Amino acid sequence: MSENCGTLMGCGVEDERSFSMDDYSGPLARWCPGCGDHAVLAGVQRLLAKEQLKPERTVFVSGIGCSSRFPHYVDTYGFHGIHGRALPIATGIKLARPDLDVFAVMGDGDCCSIGAGHWIHAIRYNINMTVLLLDNNIYGLTKKQTSPTTPQGFASNTQPRGSFLPALDPIQTTLGVTNASFVAQTADWVPSHLAQTLEAAHAHPGFAFVRILQRCPVFTPTIFEEAAMNTDLTELLEHENGVTDEALKGVYPHTLYHDPTDIQEARRLAESSSKVRLGVFYADPGHARYEELRAVPKRTAEEKIALLNAEIDRYAV
Amino acid sequence: MSSTPPEQAAPTLSQEAGHSVLTLPEHILEVLSDSGEGAQKCGQSFGAVSAKMGNGAWTVEIIPAEIQPPPRTPDGASGVRIRIGTQKITNWGNRTKLAIAFNDQVLLSRHRLNALADDAIILLDQAPENHDNPQVRQEWIEALEELSSRNYRLIKVPLEEECLKIVDNPRQGKNMFALGMLSWVYLRDLERVKEQIAHQFRHKAKAVYERNVRLLEAGVSWAEQNLDFRFDIPTTTPDEDMVVMNGNTALGLGAMAAGLEMCSMYPITPATSVSHFLSESFDRLGGMVHQAEDEIAAIGVALGASFAGKVAFTVTSGPGLALKTEFIGLAVMTETPLVIVDVQRGGPSTGLPTKVEQSDLLAAVFGQPGDCPKVVLAPSTIEECFHCMITARRIAETFRCVVMVMSDANLATGQQPFKRPTLDPRWQSVQPDLSEVPVGTEPLQWDPETGLSPRLIPGQPGGMFTATGLAHNEGSHIRSDPENNQRTMELRSRKLAVLQSTLKPPVVVGPEHADLLVVGWGSTRGAIEEAIEKGQQEGLSVAALNLTFLSPLQPGLGEIFENYKKVMTVEINYSDELDQPYINAENRRRGQLAWLLRATTLVDVDCWTRVFGQPLCPGDILDVIRGKLAAGGQS
Ligand SMILES: Cc1ncc(C[n+]2csc(CCOP(=O)(O)OP(=O)(O)O)c2C)c(N)n1
Ligand SMILES: [Mg+2]
Repeated sequence: MSENCGTLMGCGVEDERSFSMDDYSGPLARWCPGCGDHAVLAGVQRLLAKEQLKPERTVFVSGIGCSSRFPHYVDTYGFHGIHGRALPIATGIKLARPDLDVFAVMGDGDCCSIGAGHWIHAIRYNINMTVLLLDNNIYGLTKKQTSPTTPQGFASNTQPRGSFLPALDPIQTTLGVTNASFVAQTADWVPSHLAQTLEAAHAHPGFAFVRILQRCPVFTPTIFEEAAMNTDLTELLEHENGVTDEALKGVYPHTLYHDPTDIQEARRLAESSSKVRLGVFYADPGHARYEELRAVPKRTAEEKIALLNAEIDRYAV
Repeated sequence: MSSTPPEQAAPTLSQEAGHSVLTLPEHILEVLSDSGEGAQKCGQSFGAVSAKMGNGAWTVEIIPAEIQPPPRTPDGASGVRIRIGTQKITNWGNRTKLAIAFNDQVLLSRHRLNALADDAIILLDQAPENHDNPQVRQEWIEALEELSSRNYRLIKVPLEEECLKIVDNPRQGKNMFALGMLSWVYLRDLERVKEQIAHQFRHKAKAVYERNVRLLEAGVSWAEQNLDFRFDIPTTTPDEDMVVMNGNTALGLGAMAAGLEMCSMYPITPATSVSHFLSESFDRLGGMVHQAEDEIAAIGVALGASFAGKVAFTVTSGPGLALKTEFIGLAVMTETPLVIVDVQRGGPSTGLPTKVEQSDLLAAVFGQPGDCPKVVLAPSTIEECFHCMITARRIAETFRCVVMVMSDANLATGQQPFKRPTLDPRWQSVQPDLSEVPVGTEPLQWDPETGLSPRLIPGQPGGMFTATGLAHNEGSHIRSDPENNQRTMELRSRKLAVLQSTLKPPVVVGPEHADLLVVGWGSTRGAIEEAIEKGQQEGLSVAALNLTFLSPLQPGLGEIFENYKKVMTVEINYSDELDQPYINAENRRRGQLAWLLRATTLVDVDCWTRVFGQPLCPGDILDVIRGKLAAGGQS
C-alpha cells in the first residue's frame, strides 16, 4: 500500500534507514501466556519489517479489549480508543491524512457487537486501511461473557447454560455489505498463513478485513482446539491473487483453488460450514474508495481568505 | 404573562400618493402558513432585504416538528416573526403588530400564544370563508369568533384567488404574493427584493424566477389598490460594511475563517443547517463535511482527524450530545483538540426538536462520567456565532482541550445584520509541522505549572506514541498508580484555571451598583438588555450581565455580585418555583446557570426561567424585574 503523500512535509525524502522487527517492538506485551494475540503481534511486526514501513507514518488504532492493547506494543503512532469505536477514529485519521498507513485492531465484541454499526459503514466507505478482527469468540477483558461470535451452546458467565443463538459469522457479514473489497480469514496458530494473509491485506488498496481466529487459553481453550490440532478440518483457499503456500500444502490435506474476484463463490464458501476455511475469500481493488472521492484541494491561508471573502459577499448589506 | 406597554413610538403621519404613511422607530410583523407554503422563505427574504436597506433586524422562525403536519391546524403553524427598526435590533420583541396569515387556523395558534398585539393588523386569506368543505367554513366562523375577543384590525385578502391567476398551485405562490404586499406596506426597495428572489432561486430555471417576480408584483399592486396604511421604518446607512445572515451560517463561515478543516456530523435539528451551508462551499476551501453513520462516529471521525493534525469539529444538538459523551471523555483524556457545537433545542429526550431551549449547559460542563474539564462558551448574537469559532479553535489547540460552543435554535435561524468581519490569515490554523522530534520529547510533556504541552502529530519521526483513554503518564504509557492519577487529573484541570487567568472580567450593562443584577448567557442577551434598559427608563435600579464563558467562568464574578443587593439569572430552561406544591428553598431545582453561579460564588442567586419553546420577550423579563424589586428584602 504505497501511498503518495500529498504536500505534507517530510514526505518523499530519501530514507536511508532500515528497520528490523525489533524496531517495531514496544514494551513487553502483557497478554496471558498462550494468548493468540502474541502470534498476531509477531505476524504484524514481521509485516512491518518486510514492507519497511516508516514507524512515524504508521498508525495502529484500536478499541477496548485485551486485543485492543495492541497499539501499545508496536512502536509506531497509535490510538487506543474506546470500546467499539476504532473504525471511526481510523476513518478520521485517514480522511485527514491519506499519507498515513493505518491499521485497525479490534476484538469480536468490539467489532461485531458494540461497534457493529461502524463496521458495516466502514466496509462501505472502503477506506484504504488494514483491519484486523482478533476473534477469540468471547469477551476476554471483562472475563468471559458471550460475544456475537460465541458458538451456540458454549457456556459463559452471562449465558451459563450455553449461548442461546447461533454465532454471527463475520466473514459472511462482511461479504454481505455493499462495496466490500477484501475479506480474508486466517488463524493465530498458522504463522506463515497469517503472515501471507496480512501481506495480501496490506497490499490491497481499500478496506482490507482480516478475521483472525484467535485462541484464548483462559476463557475459550476448547473452541479452536480441534481446528488447530486436526488439519483435516481445515481447507486452504489458494490463489495467486490471494495466498499460496506450498509448504502448508504438505501439512493441510485440503486446498481449494478459489478466484477471489468471484464474490458469489466467496459467499457460498463462507456459508458452507463443512470446513474451517483459511485464505482470501474476496479481493477486488476496483471498488470506490471514500477518501479518494473526498479528496480536497490544498489551500493556503491567503487562498482560503480570498474564497471566503467571496462567500461573505453573498451576505453583504 | 402579563401585557407590556406598547412599543415606545413617536409616530408621524404623512401622505404619499393618497396613502397615509406612518413613520415608526420599529415594527414587528409575522408571516404564518401551513408547512410547505413558504412563509419562512418570505419572511427571511423580507428580513434580509430590510437589513440590506439599512434597518436593524432580527428574525425568528416558528417551525413545527413535522415536515408536513396536517394543514389548517394551529399546531402545524409554520412561520416567521421579523422585527425591524431604525436602530439595532437584538431580539424578537414583545407582540406582533402586523400578521399575514394564509389561513385562520395558523393564525389561531399565534392568537392563543398571546403573540399578537391587541391592536394588531391582520391580513387573512379569505379562501376558507367560501370553501367547498362545510367543515372548513364552520372552522372559519368559529375562528373569527374566537379572534373577536381582541381589537385586531382584521382585513380579508383574496390571497389564494389572486395567486391562482398566476400559478396553478397557490401553495407555491402565496408567499411571494405576501412578500409583495409587505414590500409595499413597508416601502421596501423592489429591486433589492428581486435580487433576493434571484438569489433564492439561483439553482432553478429562469422561468421560476420570473413567475415569482410576477407574484411579487401582483402582491404589490393588490396592496396598493386595497390597503390604506403604510409603515416607514427609516433606514440608516451604516458607516461600516455590514453583512446579514443567520447564526448557523455565521457558525459555518466562522469555522472556515478559523481554519477548521473538517466538520464531521450527523443530521439533527436545529444544527443540521450548519452542515447544509458548509456542504456547498467547504470543499472548495480545502475542507470537508463528513456525514457519519451516527453521532458517535461523527465525533470519532473528528477526533481521529484532530489526532492526525487537523482541528476538526462536530455540530449537534441535545440528543446527539448525549451520544457523544464517551468520546468527549476520550478527547479530554488524550488531550486531543476538538470543537463541539451544540445548537440547543428543547429537551429532554426528543423534546421540542425545532424550538429553543438552554437546557444543555450543565450537560456540557459536567455531563461526562469521570472528571472531564473542558471549555464551554456561548455566543449571544449572530456576530458572535461567527467569531466564537475562531476563539474556540484557538483555545482547543493552545490548551489541547475540548471546546464546546453552545448556540441555540433562536440563534440558528435568526437573521441579524452585523459588521462585516475582516478576515485575518492568522485566524487560520497552521499546517502541522512534521519535523523530527528531539530525543527525549514526551507526547504529553506537561508544564508542571500550567499543564500545557505541545502536540505531537503522526508523521513526526521520533515522536511515536499511543494515545490512550486509560490513565497514563507523560509518555502516554498506561499507569494506574495513585500518584500519577492524582497528578494528571490536576494537570488537566489546571488548564482551565490557566485559561481563566487570561480572561477579562465580564462587563456589566447598566449601573455598577444597583438593587438587582440580571445574569444571562447565550441568545437571551438582547431581550435581557432591552428589558433592563426599559427598566432604567422607569427608574428601576437594575443592571445586566451576559456570560460568554461558562467553563471556566470569567474572573471577578464574586466581586461584581457584591455590588448588587440581589442577583438573579434569566434563562430558557426549567426551574421550580417556590409557590408550587412541595417546592421549598432547599429542594428547589434551579436554572442551570443559577446552579453554576451559586456553587462558584456562594451568592444566593435566584432565577426566573421559562420553557415555552420560544425566545423570551423583553416585556416579560421587565415584569419579572419589577416583581423582584417590589418583593423587597428577601433575596
Ligand atoms: C462502552 C463500554 N462498554 C463496556 C465496556 C466493557 N468492556 C471492555 S472490553 C469488553 C469486551 C471485550 O471483548 P472483545 O471486544 O471480544 O475483546 P477481547 O478482550 O476478547 O480481545 C467490554 C464489554 C467498555 N469498556 N466500554
Ligand atoms: Mg474477544
